[in-house]
Amino acid sequence: MENDPPKATRREFATCAAAAAAGFLMTACGPRRLHEVPRKQLQQMVRDMEREYSQKYGEQVTVSDAGPMADVLFAYALDISRCIGCRRCVYACVEENNQSRDPQVQWIRVLQMDKEHGIDFEHADPYYQPDQVPEDGHFYVPVACQHCRNAPCTKVCPTGATWTEKDGIVVIDYDWCIGCRCCMAACPYGARQFNWRQPSIPEGELNPSMHYLGNRPRPRGVVEKCTFCIQRVRAGRYPACVEVCPVGARKFGNLLDPDSEIRYIIDHKRVMVLKKELNTMPKFFYFYGT
Amino acid sequence: MTSVQRFARFVAGSIRSALTGPVQYWAWIGFLLLLIASGVLAYLDQLTVGLAMTAMRDQVSWGFYIGNFTFMVGVAAAAVILVIPAYVYHWKPIREIAIFGELLAVSSIVICILLVMVDIGRPERFWHMMPLIGHLNFPRSLLAWDMMVLNLYLLLNLVVVVHILYRTWCGRAYSKAFVVPLVLFSIPAAIGIHTVTAFLYNGLSARPYWNASILAPQFLASAFSSGPAILLVVLQVLRRFTRFEIRDEALWKIGELMAYAVFLNLFLHGAEAFKEYYSGTEHLLYTRYWFQGLDGHRTLVPYAWAAVSLNLLALFLLIMPATRRNVITLNIGCLATYAGCYIEKGMGLIIPGFTPSTLGEIYEYSPTWIEVRVAAGAFAVGFLVFTALLRVAVPILLGESRLEPAQQPVPAVPTPVLAAPAPQVQL
Repeated sequence: MENDPPKATRREFATCAAAAAAGFLMTACGPRRLHEVPRKQLQQMVRDMEREYSQKYGEQVTVSDAGPMADVLFAYALDISRCIGCRRCVYACVEENNQSRDPQVQWIRVLQMDKEHGIDFEHADPYYQPDQVPEDGHFYVPVACQHCRNAPCTKVCPTGATWTEKDGIVVIDYDWCIGCRCCMAACPYGARQFNWRQPSIPEGELNPSMHYLGNRPRPRGVVEKCTFCIQRVRAGRYPACVEVCPVGARKFGNLLDPDSEIRYIIDHKRVMVLKKELNTMPKFFYFYGT
Repeated sequence: MTSVQRFARFVAGSIRSALTGPVQYWAWIGFLLLLIASGVLAYLDQLTVGLAMTAMRDQVSWGFYIGNFTFMVGVAAAAVILVIPAYVYHWKPIREIAIFGELLAVSSIVICILLVMVDIGRPERFWHMMPLIGHLNFPRSLLAWDMMVLNLYLLLNLVVVVHILYRTWCGRAYSKAFVVPLVLFSIPAAIGIHTVTAFLYNGLSARPYWNASILAPQFLASAFSSGPAILLVVLQVLRRFTRFEIRDEALWKIGELMAYAVFLNLFLHGAEAFKEYYSGTEHLLYTRYWFQGLDGHRTLVPYAWAAVSLNLLALFLLIMPATRRNVITLNIGCLATYAGCYIEKGMGLIIPGFTPSTLGEIYEYSPTWIEVRVAAGAFAVGFLVFTALLRVAVPILLGESRLEPAQQPVPAVPTPVLAAPAPQVQL
C-alpha cells in the first residue's frame, strides 16, 4: 500500500482540470486568424477549403498556400498613354478572381477623364458607355488596390483581418473580417468592395485554381479587393489583367530586382502615383510611356 | 442578513418595481416593444438578404446606423456636463439630478453598441474583436479604441449608479471614497469616448471632410448641446409625473450651459465653413454638397439649412434669460437643439464625408425603411432601458422604496439625496 502513488488532492485535481480546460480552449480557439496560423495548421485549413469548395461547386478545386518568395516585392505600372479604356482587364479580373456576377463586384474601376482637366477625380466618369473606345478628348485611368506601403486600410481594421504580406501584397482574411467597413472608409482609392448580398458565380464559370488569401469564394458581409492575382504571381505568372491588356499598358514585376521591367519603367519614364499628397506610398505606378 | 442577500433583495425589488406601473407606463412600454418588434423583423430581413437591404453601397459605405451611433455617443458623453458641477463644485441643484445624466449615459451606450452591431456585415463574428479569444488590433485601430472606451464608460456609469442607488435603498450615504474618484475619472472618460469617436473619422486622410482637426472639439460642442437637451425634457417629465423635486434654477442652469455649447458648436462649424469656402480648394466639394448640392444632387441641402436654422433658433432661445426661463420657449429651444445636432451630426457628418466618393462619384444616399426601422428599434431598446432604470431609481431616490427598517444596517446616515417620506408615486 505504501508504494501506491499518492492520491491527488482536491487542489491538484482542480489545477489539472483547469490546465486541461485552458489547453482545450487554446487549441479550439487557437490562432485561427490566417495571419498567424502555423504552417502545419494552415496546410490542414487549405485542404479543408479545397474539400468544401470542390463539394460546393462540383468541380476539383485547388487552394494554394504559397507564401511570399524571398527578395520579392511586387509592384505594378500602368501606361496611361496607352490605355484605351476597353475594360477587358475588368472582366478578365472578374473571371480570374471569382468575383460575384450578380450582384456585380469588380475590383478594377476604369475612370474616363477629360483631357481638358487632366487626372481629376471630380471630372471622372466610371460609367462611360460609347460604342467605341477610346473617345476623342478623353483618356482612361484604371484604378484598383494600390497596395500601399503605408496602407491606411490595414491600420484601421479592428480585428487585424487585413495586412500586408512580405511580398507587398495587401490581403484580407475573409473568414476573420467582421464587415465593419472601416477599411473602405479609409481607402483613398475606392479599391475595396463589400459583399452587400450573397455573391454568386454561375455554374462552370468558377476558376478552380485558388489561393487562400486570394480568389477563393467570398461569403456575404465581408470586404474584398485586388490581390495582384496572388494565386498567379506567387506561382511566377502575370496577373490576369496584365495578360489580357490588348495594348500592353499594364506592367508587373519585382521591385527588388534591378533588371526587372518595373524598375526600368521607374528609372526611365515619367512615373507618378495617385493622391501622392496622402503619403500612402502606393506600389501601383502610373506612367506616360509615349 | 448578509450583504449578498441584501443585494439580491435589492435586485429583486428593482425588477419588481420595473415590472409594476400604471396604465400610462405600460402603454409607453407597449409602444417601445412594438418599435422593437418592428426593428427585429426588419433586422431579420437584413440578416437574410444582407446589408443590400440598406441604401449603403460601396460609394457610401456607412449611413444611417453609423450616423445615429455618432450622435448617441455624444448624448452619452454629455452626462458629464451635469456630473462636473455636481460633484466637483458641490453645486446642489444639479447634484440631485446628476444621477439621471448617468442613467442616460448608460442607455445611450446601449443604443450605440446596438447600432454598431446592426451595421456590421458579420455580426456573429463580433467576438473576433475581443481581446484574448479574438484579436483586437489595438492600439492601431481607432474602432478598437472606441469599443474599449465605450464599454469602459458603460461599466463606469453602471457601477456608480448601482452603488448610489443601492446605498440609498439601504438608507446609507454613498461612499465618497468610492464614488468621487470614479466620477472624477468619468469626466475624462466622457470626453474620451467622444474624442475617440471623432478620431475614428478624423484620422482618415481619404476623407477630407472629416480630416480636419476641428472635428473632435466640434463633436464635444454638439454633444454638450444635445445631451442636456434630452435631459432637460426628461427632468421636466419626472417633475410632472413623480414627486421628484427639481428646482427651476437647476433647469435654467442646464439651459444656460447648453446655450454656451450651442454657440461654440455654431462657431466651430462657422470656422470650418470659412476655411473651406475662402480657401476654395478641391476639398470644398464635400461642404458644397452639404450646403448647396453638387450638379443638381441636392438631397441633403434642406437638411443642412434646417440644422443651421434650428441651432440658431436654439441659441437665441437659450441665451436670452427671458426665453430660457419660460417653459414653452425653453422646450422649443431644447427640441431645436436636439433636432439641429441630430441632423448635423448624424447624416450631416457621415454622408458628405462619402459624397463625392474617393474616385469622384456622386451616389445620393437616403436611408431605406429597413434602416429606419432597425435604427428605431435600437433606439427603442435604449429608451426601454432608460424607462426601466428610471422606474427603479426614482422611488429609491424619493425614499419610497427602501430596505425594511428592521433589516436596516445600524449606521443609518441620512441620505445625501432626497429623503422624503413615502407616499404613493403619482404617475
